[in-house]
Amino acid sequence: MASLKDLRNRIASVKSTQKITKAMQMVSAAKLRRAQEAAEAARPYAGRMAAVMANLSNSMAGTPGASPLLVGTGSDETRLLLVMTADRGLCGGFNTNIARLARARVNELQRAGKTVKIICVGKKGFDQLKRQFASLIIKMFDLKSEKTLNGAVAGRIGDEITHMFEAGEFDVCEILASEFVSVISQKPYSKVLIPAIDAIEDGADRPDTDGSVYDAEPDEESILNALLPRYITTVILSTLLENSAGEMGARMAAMDNATRNAGELIDKLNLLYNRTRQAQITTELTEIISGAEAL
Amino acid sequence: MADKLHFDLVSPERRLFAGEVDMVVVPGEDGDFGVLPKHAPFMSVIRSGAIIVTTDGVAERTFIHGGFAEVTPEGLTILAEEAIPVSEIDVAALEQDLKNAQEDLGVAKSEMEVEQAQGRIERLEAMRTTVAN
Repeated sequence: MASLKDLRNRIASVKSTQKITKAMQMVSAAKLRRAQEAAEAARPYAGRMAAVMANLSNSMAGTPGASPLLVGTGSDETRLLLVMTADRGLCGGFNTNIARLARARVNELQRAGKTVKIICVGKKGFDQLKRQFASLIIKMFDLKSEKTLNGAVAGRIGDEITHMFEAGEFDVCEILASEFVSVISQKPYSKVLIPAIDAIEDGADRPDTDGSVYDAEPDEESILNALLPRYITTVILSTLLENSAGEMGARMAAMDNATRNAGELIDKLNLLYNRTRQAQITTELTEIISGAEAL
Repeated sequence: MADKLHFDLVSPERRLFAGEVDMVVVPGEDGDFGVLPKHAPFMSVIRSGAIIVTTDGVAERTFIHGGFAEVTPEGLTILAEEAIPVSEIDVAALEQDLKNAQEDLGVAKSEMEVEQAQGRIERLEAMRTTVAN
């Protein structure tokens, strides 16, 4: 049986772990609120952008001059997967779930005979995927050093992807990230980023034009071409923001669990400690009494 | 004027302005245009410059960069990548940034770096012109 001193040390160490997890939970709760606010604040822009894109793409999709960013290259041989995870761990199954979805998707595409390339956003996804797919990962964005997720960060990723697309390095781009269902529930999912028309038809709420015809300046095509890269950046930004809200939510739930578990463990250890102490006292008493009797 | 125009100014990070105004003058790619209530549906790419928002006879200038204006029957929406009230632009810092950007252009190696530096210079110069006016 463990000695009293061992037990005391054990209790002290679990207590300090509990303090840490408790603090982390509170920090993530605060960060979650901020992340949710940021995601909320980005919504009007993304919404308007989607509406405008839906509107423009309707009129442009049929025309031969339409940008490949919108309608695709006509093939889907090479797939780029943009895997978005967190940069930090200790957030339950959050990163693992996204990585698992990514693995499943890669295997599925490879079985279908497609070439797969991966760009990782966030260090944890990279760590998990590099074991199996090191040769497929062409780039990793580490966002740990970024204080806030803003347009500039998303712009860097967006530019990179647009450049690669123009260089013909892939045909279809998919984002794999986590959907923020609620604070305790995040669902990994994938959505098509390029060609944009698929994404637009999937999601966007139809614009409120009342059938009115737009005048456009300079003309619809140049507006669309100016807008497409920005649209991609916007989608990346809103996905990043939602992802980070999800990460914070997951971490908060994980740390809440950890704190509770630590509490239970402390209770158990305390009970054990007291019992051991009691047993020791009883032994000592018995020894003294029997010693006195023997005299 | 009885009618008001509903005006939204949104950036990727947040909604910067939403409310009823009298008139907005927007620097379009092909020239400035004013939007009054009941404007016909219209969309335009914006060049970097100042939008002038008039509310009850008071005009306010805001520098915007990289964006897009859309007039719908509901009102005017401007999607801007960046928006700063002209009165808040720090001229000294602006000059310094411009100088830095020009230096960056001088030492830029890859095509992408050159592009980025040029973009920055363009943006900063547009900002300077806006302040000067």
